[in-house]
Amino acid sequence: MEGERRASQARSSGLPKGGADGESPGGGAPFAGSSGSSALLQSEVLDLDEDEDDLEVFSKDASLMDINSFSPMMPTSPLSMINQIKFEDEPDLKDLFITVDEPESHVTTIETFITYRIITKTSRGEFDSSEFEVRRRYQDFLWLKGKLEEAHPTLIIPPLPEKFIVKGMVERFNDDFIETRRKALHKFLNRIADHPTLTFNEDFKVFLTAQAWELSSHKKQGPGLLSRMGQTVRAVASSMRGVRNRPEEFMEMNNFIETFSQKINLVDKISQRIYKEEREYFDEMKEYGPIHVLWSASEEDLVDTLKSVASCIDQCCKATEKRMSGLSEALLPAVHEYVLYSEILMGVMKRRDQIQAELDSKVEALAYKKADTDLLTEEIGKLEDKVECANNALKADWERWKQNMQNDIKSAFTDMAEENIHYYEQVIVHCGGMRRPCQDGCWQASVSYSGMASKPTWQRSLPGNRL
Amino acid sequence: QRAGSEVEHPGLEPAPIWDGGTAGGSLTGYTTMTENNFLLKKIEISVSEAEKRTGRTAMNMQETYTAYLIETRSVEHADGQSVLTDALWRRYSEFELLRNYLLVYYPHVVVPPLPEKRAEFVWHKLSADNMDPDFVERRRIGLENFLLRVASHPVLCRDKIFYLFLTQEGNWKETVNETGFQLKADSRLKALNATFRVKNPDKRFTELKHYSDELQSVISHLLRVRARVADRLYGVYKVHGNYGRVFSEWSAIEKEMGDGLQSAGHHMDVYAASIDDILEDEEHYADQLKEYLFYAEALRAVCRKHELMQYDLEMAAQDLASKKQQCEELATGTVRTFSLKGMTTKLFGQETPEQREARIKVLEEQIKEGEQQLKSKNLEGREFVKNAWADIERFKEQKNRDLKEALISYAVMQISMCKKVGGWYLTLLPVCLDSCSCFSLLLGCIGICSHF
Repeated sequence: MEGERRASQARSSGLPKGGADGESPGGGAPFAGSSGSSALLQSEVLDLDEDEDDLEVFSKDASLMDINSFSPMMPTSPLSMINQIKFEDEPDLKDLFITVDEPESHVTTIETFITYRIITKTSRGEFDSSEFEVRRRYQDFLWLKGKLEEAHPTLIIPPLPEKFIVKGMVERFNDDFIETRRKALHKFLNRIADHPTLTFNEDFKVFLTAQAWELSSHKKQGPGLLSRMGQTVRAVASSMRGVRNRPEEFMEMNNFIETFSQKINLVDKISQRIYKEEREYFDEMKEYGPIHVLWSASEEDLVDTLKSVASCIDQCCKATEKRMSGLSEALLPAVHEYVLYSEILMGVMKRRDQIQAELDSKVEALAYKKADTDLLTEEIGKLEDKVECANNALKADWERWKQNMQNDIKSAFTDMAEENIHYYEQVIVHCGGMRRPCQDGCWQASVSYSGMASKPTWQRSLPGNRL
Repeated sequence: QRAGSEVEHPGLEPAPIWDGGTAGGSLTGYTTMTENNFLLKKIEISVSEAEKRTGRTAMNMQETYTAYLIETRSVEHADGQSVLTDALWRRYSEFELLRNYLLVYYPHVVVPPLPEKRAEFVWHKLSADNMDPDFVERRRIGLENFLLRVASHPVLCRDKIFYLFLTQEGNWKETVNETGFQLKADSRLKALNATFRVKNPDKRFTELKHYSDELQSVISHLLRVRARVADRLYGVYKVHGNYGRVFSEWSAIEKEMGDGLQSAGHHMDVYAASIDDILEDEEHYADQLKEYLFYAEALRAVCRKHELMQYDLEMAAQDLASKKQQCEELATGTVRTFSLKGMTTKLFGQETPEQREARIKVLEEQIKEGEQQLKSKNLEGREFVKNAWADIERFKEQKNRDLKEALISYAVMQISMCKKVGGWYLTLLPVCLDSCSCFSLLLGCIGICSHF
């Protein structure tokens, strides 16, 4: 491991020859603007050294061959950072591929529900086969999430799409809702697959591979409902105590989470509002073009000009529609996911505080000699380990999460900027198309006109008229 | 030259035609005007300023109004230099007076319209307040446009009252009223009546009227929808502005992404602010369309005048015909039509041959008079039609030219707007990408750069 680590350090401070043995895609040429990135890399690599021991804690699979899946933080080469925008690990190094598709409606006497088809392709040894196909419903996803949270209370488990649509009609079987949910579920499973720890979770494996009846029986195992409820009650009681003794770095983390949560919610609201405004703009624009066609019916000499204005407007309308759909496919779901993430982060923080609180209460008990000292000391020892584990797990996952968040947010806004650029490009091209019917030179005349002056065009060539 | 073709326009109705020699000292530069068609060959007119004023109404109540400064300059041949010859202040109501006068004295002319009295087709940001500076500015431009249109009209430019409007500040209103034009004006009711009663309408004028109705309807519709589109576009841009503040606050907690967020926030603010200028420029385009919306009304006025003349003619002809018939009946003794005289004759007895002769004589006089009148009315009518169609042709060409250019410059305006805004998004990209620049995305940008 040591040797590999140093090699990765050397490789990353230099420039790309590929992230891992030159396998990463994207060519090998250096590019502008990477000066910032190498500075970034240096600092991350140093952190890597400090947390060396911690890595052992949550990476279950000792046979790690790749530098990148070895590091919980970020890929170590600039080139692989290109793909960081779309994937969390280099695609070549992924060994678990999951897709969620084909929503299907099931009707029973009691209820109607939707199932989604989940296809898993893998090269991992611990899987019995290389390909699996199962059907799961939303409830199953909820179960999985619960199990993951149980097993890893201070890891940041990805969010599930909401149970119901908060605003608007509760139309569980509306096509748009199903499609949005399907995409979110796909994201959910892939995020788990990309997580260095969660990807090896047993319940996750069962979820992906078990047939319906197998899953049911598997679900029945584990702590029952009553014991889980008991845990919750104890948790609520002790969570307050944990906040008081929170270490500095977690106070900082908590502050970040609070501010981030505020801001991301605002960004979500703003983005939804923009979508709504664009939709209304589009609806009005649809009427605008046809009026020019109507007008052309009563004008002999202006038919060409009017019809080309109409077609211009209609094309711009289409471009607007495309921009809108880009927004709803990229920016909105990405921002919304992080709204959900912000809630999850608060939950993670709470659970960390709870674990700390358990320790603190035992320590307090020892101080007041409330029970058997030896037993308490033993318990305290165990709890101290538990707290340290939980804290370290969270710290590491936190860095990973932040990095992903930055990439995802940047990517989402980059997409938005790109969509806008394409939109304006389209408008320019289509308005330029007005050139055709006006070959008699009046196009040229208008082009030289700044377009922003206030005088009506007919006055321009009046003698002595100053512009 | 611009503004219409070289057209013969004899046979104007008796209206005070401004004569270079009698108007006074400052006119020496204008003596050539009566020979040339276009005033604007020699002078420049501009409405250069607007000023808020307070005064008293006729009822002695205080009022606030806006006055506009009209400056006239003569353009010297040799060096193109211009000399200020007249400057005076006028308010909107005086412009209205001028236009009403022109409408009465030149009914065959499609008289240029004034800018709207009150803001119509308003989208939410524009106020409908007449004192709003943006509205006043657009009105100033509209009034200047009106004067330039009149001055470049082959017939209207020669009018003395128009000339005095530009040169005689005090007493102009009295001068106009002294022409007694209000009395000459046809009542609207009369005109409306004529519309329904004309038996032989001129097909060309009917078509023209139909066209002007369509023009008015389609431009109104277009302006309404445009206002709604502007409203929505404003909303889209302004909501983006909210990102600015949020990004700025968010950047405070981010280390690596902080700068990027700040920069992106700034871009959003600039983007949101840009819509104000964009929509103001669009407002000028809307004003150009509005001018033709109001021109449609002027077209209709010419058609109505024709209808009225036609109706008058038909009534006169009908009256003449009935008198002729009466005369004939009296002469031949047959009574085919009802007449009061016939009734009274039946009741009170036959009239004497002398009485009958006297009546025939009266009728014959009336018939002769009627025939004269009919002849002159016919002549008048034909003259009107000839002059009106000449002006309508001139107007059509002007309209086609102007609207075509307005539509094209609208497209040009969209292009330059897109270049500006698209360019900003392009500068936003590297900010977003920051240290995680994506190669393919950069290449894509380079491709797009060629447009901007």
